[in-house]
Amino acid sequence: MLPAMSTVDLSRFQFGMTALFHFLFVPLTLGLVMLLAIMETVYVMTDRVIWRDMTKFWGILFGINFAMGVTTGLPLEFQFGTNWAYYSQYVGDIFGAPLAIEGLMAFFLEATFIGLFFFGWQRLSKVKHCMVTWLLAMGTSFSALWILVANGWMQHPVGTTFNYHTMRMEITSFKAVLFNTVAQAKFVHTISAGYVAGSMFVLSISAYYLLKGRNLAFAKRSFTVAASFGLAAILSSLVLGDESGYLADQHQHMKMATIEAVWKTDKGLAPLIVFAIPDQKNRTNHYVLKIPYLLGLIGTRSLDTPVLGIDTLVAQAKTRVVNGIHAYSALQTLRHEPNNLMALKTFRHHEKDLGYGLLLKRYTEKVTDATPAQIDQAANDTLPNVAPLFWSFRVMVGCGFLLLAIFGFAFYLSSRRAFADKRWFLRTIFYSLPLPWFCIEAGWLVAEYGRQPWAISGVLPTFMSASTVPASNLWYSAIGFALFYAILFVVDIFLLKKYIKLGPDGVAKAHPDLFGAIKGGDA
Amino acid sequence: MIDYTLLRVIWWILLGVLLTGFAVTDGFDLGAAALAPLLARNDTERRVLMNVLGPTWEGNQVWLILGAGAMFAAWPMVYTVSFSGFYLAMFLALGTIILRPVAFKFRSKHESARWRSTWDVLFWIGGLVPALVFGVAVGNVLQGVPFHFDADLRAFYTGGFLDLFSPFSLLAGVLSVAMLCMHGAAYLAMKTEGALHARSRRAVMLCAITVLVLFSVGGYVVNWHMVGYQVASAINTQGPSNPLHKHVVTQLGAWTQNYYTYPWMLTAPLLGLLGALFVFMMNGAKCEKLTFLCSGLSVAGIVSTVGVSMFPFILPSSTHPSMSLMVWDASSSQFTLQIMLIATIIFMPLILLYTAWVYRVMRGKVTGQSVESNGQSY
Repeated sequence: MLPAMSTVDLSRFQFGMTALFHFLFVPLTLGLVMLLAIMETVYVMTDRVIWRDMTKFWGILFGINFAMGVTTGLPLEFQFGTNWAYYSQYVGDIFGAPLAIEGLMAFFLEATFIGLFFFGWQRLSKVKHCMVTWLLAMGTSFSALWILVANGWMQHPVGTTFNYHTMRMEITSFKAVLFNTVAQAKFVHTISAGYVAGSMFVLSISAYYLLKGRNLAFAKRSFTVAASFGLAAILSSLVLGDESGYLADQHQHMKMATIEAVWKTDKGLAPLIVFAIPDQKNRTNHYVLKIPYLLGLIGTRSLDTPVLGIDTLVAQAKTRVVNGIHAYSALQTLRHEPNNLMALKTFRHHEKDLGYGLLLKRYTEKVTDATPAQIDQAANDTLPNVAPLFWSFRVMVGCGFLLLAIFGFAFYLSSRRAFADKRWFLRTIFYSLPLPWFCIEAGWLVAEYGRQPWAISGVLPTFMSASTVPASNLWYSAIGFALFYAILFVVDIFLLKKYIKLGPDGVAKAHPDLFGAIKGGDA
Repeated sequence: MIDYTLLRVIWWILLGVLLTGFAVTDGFDLGAAALAPLLARNDTERRVLMNVLGPTWEGNQVWLILGAGAMFAAWPMVYTVSFSGFYLAMFLALGTIILRPVAFKFRSKHESARWRSTWDVLFWIGGLVPALVFGVAVGNVLQGVPFHFDADLRAFYTGGFLDLFSPFSLLAGVLSVAMLCMHGAAYLAMKTEGALHARSRRAVMLCAITVLVLFSVGGYVVNWHMVGYQVASAINTQGPSNPLHKHVVTQLGAWTQNYYTYPWMLTAPLLGLLGALFVFMMNGAKCEKLTFLCSGLSVAGIVSTVGVSMFPFILPSSTHPSMSLMVWDASSSQFTLQIMLIATIIFMPLILLYTAWVYRVMRGKVTGQSVESNGQSY
C-alpha cells in the first residue's frame, strides 16, 4: 500500500520549502568564509591590522548567517527519515554513506572550529587563528562536496544494483558514486555559486559604505577582494553550469528537453529557444524567439547529434515501462523462489527499467496487470511541467550573465582603483545584492523539480518514496516550519540590517577593544 | 572483505559510541540549558552560562548529526522506522533543538530586555524538551514500538503521538533530563565561579540522587515487570538484511537475560550507578574535574545499558515481534559497512584530536568580566 497522495504532496511541499530556505544561507556561508580566510591571510602576510578588523567585522555577519544555516540544516537530515522513509529504506545503503562521511569529514571540522574562530582571537597566535579560519572554510567546502555527491547520485544513479533479498538498491562501486561526473560538475558549479553569493554580499555592502562615505579604508579593500574573487567564481560557475548542461544531455535527456522546451526531435542542430510560452497540453511553444543551431552545439558538442525531443523521450519511456513490467513480474517470482534462475535471468535483463515499471504503481497496485492506457499514462508521467523549468532556467542563466557583467566591470574598475567615485555603479551593485540568490534558488528548482517524477532518476518515483505518515501529522509539521521559518527570517534580516547599518565604525564604538585600526566613529 | 557478522557487531558498537558521544558531549550543553533559569539569575550570569558552552557546543551537536547520519548509512531500516514512526515526537525534539544555534548567536546581539528574555526562554526549551523527548523515545524502544512491514519492506507505524507517553517512557524521559542536568551542572561548576558555581554544585547533588533513584527503579521495572524480546528461530548472522525471516517471542524480563549470558555486560549498568554515586561524593569533596569525569562515565554507562540489554535487538516491534529489527537483519550491505568503517578509522582519531585541542585552548573559568570585555562573546 502506498502513502496517500496528500502525504506525498505535503512531504514534497515541506521538503522543498525547508531546502529552499536552508539554501538561502548555505551559499553565503560557503562564499563568505572563503573571503574571511583570504582577508585573514592578507593580515598574516602583511601584518596590516585593518585586514584583521575586516575579518572580524565580516565575521560578525558570517556568524549570524552561519547560525541560520545550522538551524535550518538539521531538519533536512531528519526529513529523509521522517518524511521519506521508503526512499531511505530503498537507497539508504548508498545515499546514507555520503551523508555520514559529510558528518565525519566536514561537519565536525566546521562546527569545532567555528567556536574557535570567534573565541580564539585572544588565545591563539595569528598564524594559528588563520589556520583555524582555513579549516573552517575547508569544512564548509567538504560539506558541499559530500551533499552533492549524494545529490549527484539521485540525478544520475551509478555504481549500484538492486538486491531482491533485501528489496533495495545496494552499492557495487563506491568509486563510481564518488567520481560520478554529474556530482563533480554539480559540486564545482554549486560551490562557485556560493562564492559568488559571498562576493556579492561583500561587494554590495562595501558599495553601501562607499556611497555613505563611511569606513572608506575598510570598504575599498573589501570591494577589491570581493570583485576579484567574485569574477573568478562567476566564471567558474558559468563554465561548470555549461558542463552540467552537457552532462544533463548525456544522462538526463528529459531534463534537458524540458528546460529547453524541445517538444520534437529535430534532425541536425537544434536551435536555442530564448523566449517562448510553453504549452504543455498541446506540446508546443508559442511566441518563439530562437537562435539557430546553438542548443545543438551546447547540448551535444557535435554537429550532427540531435537533441532528443520530448516526443521521442516519452516514446522511449513507454518501451521502458513495458520492460519494467517484466522486471517487476520477475521480482515477484524471485521473492517467493529466490533460487529461480529463469526469473533471475529475466530480472537482470530488465533490471535497469524496474523504476519505470514502478511508475505504474500509481495506477495499479499489481503493476503486472497494467492496461495499455495505464502504460501510456505512466510514460507521460516522465515529463515534468515544462513552463516552470523553462523559466527557472532562464532566470538562473540571465541573472548569471548579469552577475558576470557586474563582477567584470567591478574588477576592471578596482584594478584601476577607480570605483569609489562611480556612484551610479555603486548604486547598481547595492541593488543587485539579491541576484545570486535568484540564480541559486532557480538553479535548485531546475535541478530538483526537473528530476520529477523521480526521487532517484529512473529508479524510484517520488510518489513511492514518502513515509506512510498520516497527512494530519504533515499539516502540523509543515505549518510549524512555515511559521517558525517566517519568524526566523524576519529576525535574521533585522539583525543583519542592524549590524550592516552599525558598520565597523559603530561596532568599534560599542566595543573599543575589538578592532585595531578601525576606531569608533571613524570615517 | 571483512566478515559481515563482525562488521555488523562493529557498527552496532559504533552506533552506541556515537549516541553515547552525543549524550556525553552535547548532553552537558542540553542539561546546562535546561537548568539555565534556575542557575543563572541575572543578565551577566546568563551570559556567563552561554559563554561557557558557546565555544564548543556546536562541535558537540555534530555527534547527534553524525549519529543520525551513521544510522542512515549503517542501519537504514532503524533510521526510517524510528524517524517516521516517532514523526511528531521527532519534530518536537528537532523543532526545539534547532532553537539553540540562533539562541546562542542572537541573544546578546541586541540590548532590549524583552529580546533577551525571549531568547532565554527559547534557549531553555531547546535544552529541556530534546532531553525529555530523547529519553521518552528510548523508553518506547525498550517497550517495543508498534510497526510492521509489507512485502516490499515498506514500514507502517500504527501507534499515535499520545501512545508514546506511558509511565515507563515518562520515567525514562525524566531520567534522561536528570542525567543530562547532572552532567550540565557538573560542567558549569567546573567552568564558573561565585554564585553560579555554588548553585551548580547544589544542582549536581540533587540531580545525582535523582539519577541513582530513577535508574534503579528503571532497572527494577525492566527486570521484573517488563516484557522483553527473544529470538526463537535459528539465526543467520551473515544473512541478507531482511527482517521478515525470523521468529521472535516476548518474555517477561528478557531484557536482563544478556547479563546472565555475558556477565561482562554488567559493566554498563554498574558504570551508570557507580558513576552517579561518585559524582555525589566527588562533588561533596569539591573535586570539580573528577565530578565532571564521573558524570560523563555515568551518562555513558546509562546509555550503554539500554544498548547491551537489548542486544541483538535494536528496534523491537510490539505488534509484530517477528518483524523486529536486529543487528543481524537491519544493517546496510557488507560493502557499505566496510567503506564506512574505513572512513571512520581515518576521520574519528582526527576529530578526537582537534576537538581535544579546542577544549585545551578554551580551558579555564569563564567570568562575568571576561564575557563583558570580549566583543565576540555571546
